[in-house]
Amino acid sequence: MRHLGEAKLAENKQIAIDVRDAVKRYGDFTALKTISLSIMDNEFFTLLGPSGCGKTTLLRMIAGFEAVTEGAIYLFGDEIANLPPNKRPVNTVFQNYALFPHMTILDNVAFGLEMRGKSKSEARTKAGEMLELVQLSQFSARKPSQLSGGQQQRVALARALAPQPKVLLLDEPLSALDLKLRKAMQLELKHLQRETGITFIFVTHDQEEALTMSDRIAVMSAGEMQQLGSPTDIYERPHNMFVADFIGETNLLEVSVDAINNGRAVCHLGGGHELTCNAVEGVDIGSKVHMSIRPERLFMSENPAETESLKGRIKENIFVGTDITTIVDLQDGPDFVVRTSNSDRGNKRIFEPGTEMYVNMELGAGRLLAD
Amino acid sequence: MAAGATSGGSATTDTYKEARTWLLLPSWVTLSILVLAPVIMMLIYSFLTKEFRGGVIWEFSLSAYDQFFFDRGLFGDEPPKLEWTYISIFWRSIWQAGVATLLSLAIGFPTAYFIATRSEEMRPVWVFLITIPYWVNLLIRTVSMKFLLRDQGPLNDFLINIGLIDSPLHIVNTNFAVQLGLFYSYLPFMVLPIYAAVERYNFSLSEAAADLYASKLTTLRRVVLPAIKPGVIAGCILVFVPSMGSFLAPDLLGGAKNFMIGSLIEEQFKGNAGNWPFGAAASMILLSMVLIILMFSARQQAKADKAEG
Ligand SMILES: Nc1ncnc2c1ncn2[C@@H]1O[C@H](COP(=O)(O)OP(=O)(O)O)[C@@H](O)[C@H]1O
Ligand SMILES: [Mg+2]
Repeated sequence: MRHLGEAKLAENKQIAIDVRDAVKRYGDFTALKTISLSIMDNEFFTLLGPSGCGKTTLLRMIAGFEAVTEGAIYLFGDEIANLPPNKRPVNTVFQNYALFPHMTILDNVAFGLEMRGKSKSEARTKAGEMLELVQLSQFSARKPSQLSGGQQQRVALARALAPQPKVLLLDEPLSALDLKLRKAMQLELKHLQRETGITFIFVTHDQEEALTMSDRIAVMSAGEMQQLGSPTDIYERPHNMFVADFIGETNLLEVSVDAINNGRAVCHLGGGHELTCNAVEGVDIGSKVHMSIRPERLFMSENPAETESLKGRIKENIFVGTDITTIVDLQDGPDFVVRTSNSDRGNKRIFEPGTEMYVNMELGAGRLLAD
Repeated sequence: MAAGATSGGSATTDTYKEARTWLLLPSWVTLSILVLAPVIMMLIYSFLTKEFRGGVIWEFSLSAYDQFFFDRGLFGDEPPKLEWTYISIFWRSIWQAGVATLLSLAIGFPTAYFIATRSEEMRPVWVFLITIPYWVNLLIRTVSMKFLLRDQGPLNDFLINIGLIDSPLHIVNTNFAVQLGLFYSYLPFMVLPIYAAVERYNFSLSEAAADLYASKLTTLRRVVLPAIKPGVIAGCILVFVPSMGSFLAPDLLGGAKNFMIGSLIEEQFKGNAGNWPFGAAASMILLSMVLIILMFSARQQAKADKAEG
């Protein structure tokens, strides 16, 4: 199911990084199980997955810090899996920044330029420009320990971008920052990527961050790729339970498929409730699978709506700033989580706990998962 | 309210100060007894008159220092000339200790680096292995070394047997033997501080350097060395200083020609031929030399840091 990747390929863009059947084993432990993916030139690509799923390992294999057990990695068509890191035109923003503590900020940024053969003065001039780009010019004479975490982060970014790598690798670069700074840096990163045109491979375990920033996302779990696609793809059309559950909030319902007609699947939840949704490849009549319904795709009403409706009773309303989350108890069925945006209060109703009402959704809101 | 809080705060500070004074007292007492007192005693003795069968007469005299620096002829009645005997012994001591320090650095640095880059379980094992030989008394180790290095010793036998040389190398009673002896005596003092520094070193800095196109050698020079420099300097001082004053290695491995300042001092306090004030004066001069060298290196260090910053 890599149709989106192939669609991009057709736009005649070059492949920046091509990972082909890469396997990584540490002794008996397999950290990565046969990963294949193509990252396009100019793309903001994100590796997303829970901690320990192998994101850092894959990134370090691209950077050259870990050997590839099996498979190959190509950089713009050249096989690089056997090159040492200092021979790969790829730079990394490390999770702990790894700034050289005994050098000034300016010398830190100039380091890579000097190593690429620029003279000291040339390197420093260029480094100064990079610092301007990340708005840290006034700190160029300081040592890294004299900067805040957010500033160090930007120095690490400037240092990695200065030698103009073909691909920039970022390993959870924002995870140590507080929420506000993180949001600001997300925008700044996105902006820098557009401005420089450099391919970014960004690692995060934060699904919201991944959705906000990426052109495409590879969702990983336990050393395997679960799904590759655009943020909308992944959010609205998850392939399996893991992706549906990991990305955003969702109602995961156990259903059995009773009938499939004209691309519509009629599904049975517990307690005699019935729902119709779009049929999905790989889910046949009679199979017991899961259905994912995003809470914001549900709305409540006094009388059943013309689309899909289920009768239930309000258990609880929870105010969470921009939204109200309502927990609905279906009679003899599972609980539902419904989210109503506060900006939508004019159109949508909120009921008091204990009230009987209907939970409604569009026909396409439910998504069957081929587990 | 605010005033009360402020005075309360300063009262706490006073309590801390007092507590600190008392808690530091044992260290001060120890330092005074073990460091300050002997140095003061030596300083006093260096200005006393010598008693012929060892010991001192409690009469002020500058003759110990005079004897060290000036030659007034056999009967002490000629105009003073600079005395080179002791100064050259001093110079040799600095030279020998310097070479021994460089040898220790050349061997100790890779050793320390090797140990610090082993797995966490293996590091203590390696440190233990390194220190095992040093459980044996220094005298015995130095004598064994003489045995190993002598003309009919195992080293020469081995070299002749494998056909590398035809006749034995004369190593014992040379400067080189002394340098080897000093190097071996104090090697762990080089290895351990460097090991500690490398172990603390954040190896992701080396990865960052490699990521930024630095070769292994450049990474070592530009990133690793500056980070572990304090450990290297500590190691050099810990080897250089005791080497300067050492007398076992020069005595046993160097023979009469390769006398060092430690042997000179030792002679003055041994048997009946000694001259206590002269020995004390030589010790004071050694101490001042070491202090000057340490201060100089500290100043250079501070200057280098400032230039970098
Ligand atoms: N050097 C190593 N030796 C053994 N196992 C490792 C090593 N590095 C990583 N792993 C294991 O590989 C898996 C993936 O790790 P990592 O790539 O760091 O995950 P992530 O970055 O997604 O959190 C983890 O289970 C981790 O314990
Ligand atoms: Mg990681």
